[in-house]
Amino acid sequence: MSARILIAEDEPSIVASLDFLMRRCGFDTRLASDGTSALEQVADFRPDLVILDVMLPGRSGLDVCRAIRERPEWGSIRVLMLTARGGSADITTGLGAGADDYMTKPFATRELVARVRSLLQANPA
Amino acid sequence: MLQGWVIVAASFAYIGLLFAIAYYGDKRAEAGRSVIANPWIYSLSLAVYATAWTFYGSVGRAASDGVGFLPIYLGPTLMIVLWWFVVRKMIRIAKTNRITSLADFIASRYGRSALLGGLVTVIAVIGILPYISLQLKAVSNSFQILLQYPEIVMPQRTGELDVMKDTAFYVALFMAMFTIAFGTRHLDAAERHEGMVAAIAFESLVKLVAFLAVGLFVTFWIYDGVGDIFSRAARQADLRALMAPFGGAAGGYASWVWLMVLSMLAIVFLPRQFQVAVIENVDEKHVKRAMWLFPLYMLAMNVFVLPVAFGGLLLFPLGTVDADTFVLTIPMAHKAEVLTLLVFIGGLSAATGMVIVETIALSTMVCNDLVMPVLLRIKALRLTEQRDISSLLLDIRRAAIIAILMGGYFYYLLAGEAYALVAIGLVSFAAVAQFAPAMLGGLYWKGGTRAGALAGLAGGFLIWMYTLLVPAFARSGWIGSEILSRGPWGIELLRPTELFGLSGLDSTTHAMIWSMLVNVGLYVGVSVLGRQAAAEHAQATLFVDVLRQATEPRAGSRWRGTISASSLQTLLGRFVGPARAAELFSTYARERGFEHAEQLEGDGELVRYVELHLAGAIGGASARAMVATIVEEEPLGIEEVMTILDEASQVIAYSHRLEEQQRELEAAKRGLEAANERLRELDRLKDEFVSTVTHELRTPLTSIRAFSEILHDNADLEAEERQRFLGLVIKESERLTRLINQVLDLAKIESGVADWQSARIDLREIVTEAVGATSAIFRARGVSVETCLPAAVPEVVADRDRVMQVLLNLLSNAAKFSPAGTGRVRVSLGAEGREVRVDVQDNGIGIDAAHQAVIFEKFRQVGDPLTNKPSGTGLGLAICRRIVDHFGGRLWVESEPERGALFSFTLPAADPVEAGLEAAAA
Repeated sequence: MSARILIAEDEPSIVASLDFLMRRCGFDTRLASDGTSALEQVADFRPDLVILDVMLPGRSGLDVCRAIRERPEWGSIRVLMLTARGGSADITTGLGAGADDYMTKPFATRELVARVRSLLQANPA
Repeated sequence: MLQGWVIVAASFAYIGLLFAIAYYGDKRAEAGRSVIANPWIYSLSLAVYATAWTFYGSVGRAASDGVGFLPIYLGPTLMIVLWWFVVRKMIRIAKTNRITSLADFIASRYGRSALLGGLVTVIAVIGILPYISLQLKAVSNSFQILLQYPEIVMPQRTGELDVMKDTAFYVALFMAMFTIAFGTRHLDAAERHEGMVAAIAFESLVKLVAFLAVGLFVTFWIYDGVGDIFSRAARQADLRALMAPFGGAAGGYASWVWLMVLSMLAIVFLPRQFQVAVIENVDEKHVKRAMWLFPLYMLAMNVFVLPVAFGGLLLFPLGTVDADTFVLTIPMAHKAEVLTLLVFIGGLSAATGMVIVETIALSTMVCNDLVMPVLLRIKALRLTEQRDISSLLLDIRRAAIIAILMGGYFYYLLAGEAYALVAIGLVSFAAVAQFAPAMLGGLYWKGGTRAGALAGLAGGFLIWMYTLLVPAFARSGWIGSEILSRGPWGIELLRPTELFGLSGLDSTTHAMIWSMLVNVGLYVGVSVLGRQAAAEHAQATLFVDVLRQATEPRAGSRWRGTISASSLQTLLGRFVGPARAAELFSTYARERGFEHAEQLEGDGELVRYVELHLAGAIGGASARAMVATIVEEEPLGIEEVMTILDEASQVIAYSHRLEEQQRELEAAKRGLEAANERLRELDRLKDEFVSTVTHELRTPLTSIRAFSEILHDNADLEAEERQRFLGLVIKESERLTRLINQVLDLAKIESGVADWQSARIDLREIVTEAVGATSAIFRARGVSVETCLPAAVPEVVADRDRVMQVLLNLLSNAAKFSPAGTGRVRVSLGAEGREVRVDVQDNGIGIDAAHQAVIFEKFRQVGDPLTNKPSGTGLGLAICRRIVDHFGGRLWVESEPERGALFSFTLPAADPVEAGLEAAAA
């Protein structure tokens, strides 16, 4: 069974690129363009990994990440944060909210794919 | 042998001897060979402290209180240690200012206040009257006892008293005559009483000899030495009790302490002590000798007190003989006629000495500080114009002497029987102690003010009257005695002898505690709260720093004015007599190298000289007033005011300046803080802007990079997908370009370096052109555009391209937010007053009130209706508003959610006259 990936990002063209990359890897994808729908999709889709934009409209990516980490049954979900701000303080905050990895925009597509794979392997469940 | 006439004759003979000594002393003084210019005489004259009270009363007190009589003599002995500092300073001050009395001293210290001088005089006179009455009582009692010789009968006052047959009345009368003869013989009132001092020194010896004679007689003739008397006394229980320290006396230690304090103050502030110690002093070095000689005299005067007291108590065990008379009655009981007479003469001597010096001192005060200031102020008397009033001065003094002695006599009639000798004396001690705060404060504290001294003296004196004088009158039945037991109006808290519940103390201690508390409290309190006048401060400095100043007098005095020397001489002549004035003036002239007084000029120095000599005659305050009547001082110039500004006001001014500077500094600091805060805010806004711009740039860049990499890495993409991705790269590149352009545009406008063109433009043209340019967008979204233009609008002055930019922005926003297919946009133009207005109305989703204000701010967008994702850069409206603002117009929005939005802007119409001129010029 292929891994399930939730893409939570509000910029349509970035969504399009991420969607392509994940499908190309053979993953199953779902899309969410704001924080609230992202959490709904987590409950509904039960993804293995969430690619989460920090600056989502509605509930921010940090909020969504914390909400995921509050639920023990979602403990196996990996979270990869994306942000257009690259300061180390932002990275610390993101990891502090419970993210497993962190990448800044613009990102290298190969690196992104590699990180996603590695995160998924670390958690075979 | 001791018949009445013998006693009277002996008395007059003794007084005659004193006269002779005084006469001799005066003659020697006139010849310039003063007899009193030696420390022995000075020390002996101080012994005027020992009065009939000491002579008879010490034994009386010892008979009831044991060693309780001692504090009165220990106090002065302690005080004299301080004389080199205190009394020497007073002597120096008195000499430089020609002080004539205690009242003059205090008045001069506090800015030559006539009011203060008067108050001191009143206190001194009322306070000393009991003391004088005590002398009268002692002399008349001893005289009456002596008349009964060899019977020992205590004098009794029974029933109605006939003043004309009262010995005390005649004693008072004769004393007044002696005093007048001693103290007011000289026409020159300013001179010291050298003869009197010589006589006082002599009488001090006489009373000492008399007392020692009695002591030796009792101790070694009647008994077998001191040991014999004490061992006999010790055999009786009641006498043994007297031998214990602090035995008998009410109040114990407190009583001792206060009696000692009282007598320490009395030895300095009793008018007669001030007179002999300060006024009559000829050389301040004499103080040094007195510092050991006077205590020695006190010791000699007290050494036989206890033996005589015990001897008397053993001799008259029945208590029928008043212990106050032991000194006289013991020799009488042993029929020692000569000794008895000697004792009487000794007592008379002590009383006379006291009365003479005391009344001279008081009469000087009454004349200079009470009567003259009043007379000089009464214009009707025209005193200031009389040729010679020096004899008037002496007459006033003579009248004062008689009045004071008669006052003493009436006090004796009223209250004299109520107390023992010692108690009467203490009433007076407590009164003069009231001078201590003002005097000592005046000597050592520059801050003491006239108001403070007045308040302290008045307060202390009132308490003294209430706690000591009122009880004395009440006990003698002159006023109702219920005031003592139940208080005035039945208020027990105000009982004069137990004020505010302070009980368990003897009346003197009680009175001293309250009066000193009030006196010192008011003096210090009022002084600290009030301010000194400049004149007051000058005097304060003069007094406090007198020992630091060089010997020349009145260095600080400035005099500004002009006056002829002859009018000054006339003025002086009125008070000291024309002959004496002429003499003084020629002396002054000779000292300055002139042959005649006529050559003198009325300069400041001469005025001061005259003022000093006048002060000697009528006191400092009056002298100042007199000189002022003929000398018109020029008003103080501003420089002089500045120079005599006292330290206090300089300090105050300085601290005011400091406060002002402090305030200025604080204001500057607040200004800097505000500026700094503003800079921080700008810095924060800039950081935020940079951060936002960075974020906005990263977003399209992310898509571009991602798709470029996808295209690069996936050669096997289908053509259609490849085409879609390339389209997205292009779209995001355009977005990036637009964003960069707008950021730069905004930066240029905000930093003021934008290149603005200004020309007269017709908005109808621009609206038409803008609608034309955006028609493709509208068509693409299926939105209809309606343009409503009037026939003509006023021209505006603006940058054509910038106004076009605003219109294009508003139109593309309207197209974007209008519903696809059913959208309708209406563009209209109209003139409103002095403005031209453009409206762009759409029928889109509208903007809620909360967002209407913020959409004109940088990077504040309202989301796209379909994706809820804002499109555009978020800078368009911010730039539009800045453009419209630049040309003096306004840009705003009116909208309700779901009802569409109306964006409007105005620009000011160009001046039509100018337009006409320009048109003509064209």
